[in-house]
Amino acid sequence: MLRKLTFKNFSIGSIWLWLAIFALIPNLLVLLTSLVEQGDTELIRLQLTFAHYSNLLDSVYLRIFARSIFIALEVTFICLLLGYPFAFILARLRLSERMKSLLLLLVIIPFWTSSLIRTYAIVIILKAKGILNTCLLHLGLIDQPLQLLYTNTAAVIGLIYALLPFMILPLYANIEKLDSRLLDVARDLGANSWQILWKILLPLTLPGIIAGSTLVLLPAMSLFYISNILGGAKTMLIGNLIENQFLAARNWPMGSAVSVVLTLLMALMLLAYNKSRDNNVETDLL
Amino acid sequence: MNKVTKISYCAFIYAFLYIPIIILVIYSFNNAEYSLVWHGFTLEWYRHLWQDNDLQLVTMHSLAVGVLAASTATLLGTIAAVSLYRYQFFGKKILHSLLFILIVSPDIVMAISLLILFSALKINLGFWTLLLSHITFCLPFVAVTVYGRLIGFDKNIFEAARDLGAHDFTIFRKIIVPLLWPAIIAGWLLSFTLSLDDVIISFFVTGPEYNILPLQIFSMVRLGVKPEINALCTVLFVITLFIVCVSQLALSKNKRGVNA
Repeated sequence: MLRKLTFKNFSIGSIWLWLAIFALIPNLLVLLTSLVEQGDTELIRLQLTFAHYSNLLDSVYLRIFARSIFIALEVTFICLLLGYPFAFILARLRLSERMKSLLLLLVIIPFWTSSLIRTYAIVIILKAKGILNTCLLHLGLIDQPLQLLYTNTAAVIGLIYALLPFMILPLYANIEKLDSRLLDVARDLGANSWQILWKILLPLTLPGIIAGSTLVLLPAMSLFYISNILGGAKTMLIGNLIENQFLAARNWPMGSAVSVVLTLLMALMLLAYNKSRDNNVETDLL
Repeated sequence: MNKVTKISYCAFIYAFLYIPIIILVIYSFNNAEYSLVWHGFTLEWYRHLWQDNDLQLVTMHSLAVGVLAASTATLLGTIAAVSLYRYQFFGKKILHSLLFILIVSPDIVMAISLLILFSALKINLGFWTLLLSHITFCLPFVAVTVYGRLIGFDKNIFEAARDLGAHDFTIFRKIIVPLLWPAIIAGWLLSFTLSLDDVIISFFVTGPEYNILPLQIFSMVRLGVKPEINALCTVLFVITLFIVCVSQLALSKNKRGVNA
């Protein structure tokens, strides 16, 4: 009996201890840091202030936020547009189990391999003397190389390229579980393709859509190295802002405040995900 | 949609995902410093890499952190998954959501939270801070991978073992770990690739004297494109490609084992 208790307590204790020290306490420290003043010699001065949050309402920061959120929404929307039909086709392909898992593996590989390397691959393509410009010149479509690299568009392309698998995989998992008879029934009852899409497919795969969007939207705001490598001087993501406040401006409280806002945004997305799942359980029961 | 449209659409997405990488690999063998035109096959850039002492040191750093972080995270993650699966305890639901949140939350949020922790504790940034951070971000991925396999198990096995007089630790050692072995290996391999590839968290929590591969690549890419980077990226990509394939194989084998 004693030994049983020991193993159980040891397991639960060690995991809680680790997460408390390296996840809970650090995040509380971020919240705390965002509420104190920036120090002169030390990094912070223990003086309560809400100035960093009210500073975020300054036009400079608001513009960065707005631009970053706009880019992230653009990236998420395009990933959804590209990924949904793909996941749908893949989930319903009539192929052998082996072939299917191979095709899925080809999506999983970019999911796990370094997005830094994949971002660098985009550089090679978009460079002034890169593949794309060379091809366009040879085809006679342009007279001189286009400036593709170091623009907003390049950053958006890089983000889409890095994050597309994060949209496809949750969608695939969701669509695969879908009972395909529902679609047949709808068609038999006279629904057209649009009606099937809007009334059946999208509501039932909403959890997958929200999960995929969360996995794309949040990194699209925070993968600072992608905009750093591909973007122009004006391409600044929320991630770049945090990096800048921490490492260049040495204004940790301000950077922490930005990070807290990002965390709140994540909480909202997770709530939406939970709600969509709960709703779906109800429809399942009906 | 007819079949041709479907297949060509899938082919288009796969091309989008893979063509940039394939081009990168091809150019790592191109015998020209800057030109994009094919100047013949060469292993020159790989020879450069091989002789770069600086790079060798950085690679050793990355491998050391990767192996240690993956091993510790696998141990802790497996324990976490088994605890969540078998025991009822205070804060179980919170633990479950915490692991989930850690996976979803942006890397940069974890990066600065750990940076603040280490600076509050006055720990110098370097090997230890890097290792502790890597363990922390790998742990939830192992927990989820292992937990995903556990829920496929027949709970009666554990009841039977207990009825026959096995203690919890014996059940863990003799039943759970052997059954979970493929998922544990997959968890380790995925942690290793995560650690090997991480840029954002490492960027904040390591010091100048303990540089690692992704950060080295990041600064090389920012400073200017040299053909060695193509070779270096190709090497790292092939390594992670191999690891991911092995881990997926382990997971799919495991699935079949559970169903059988």
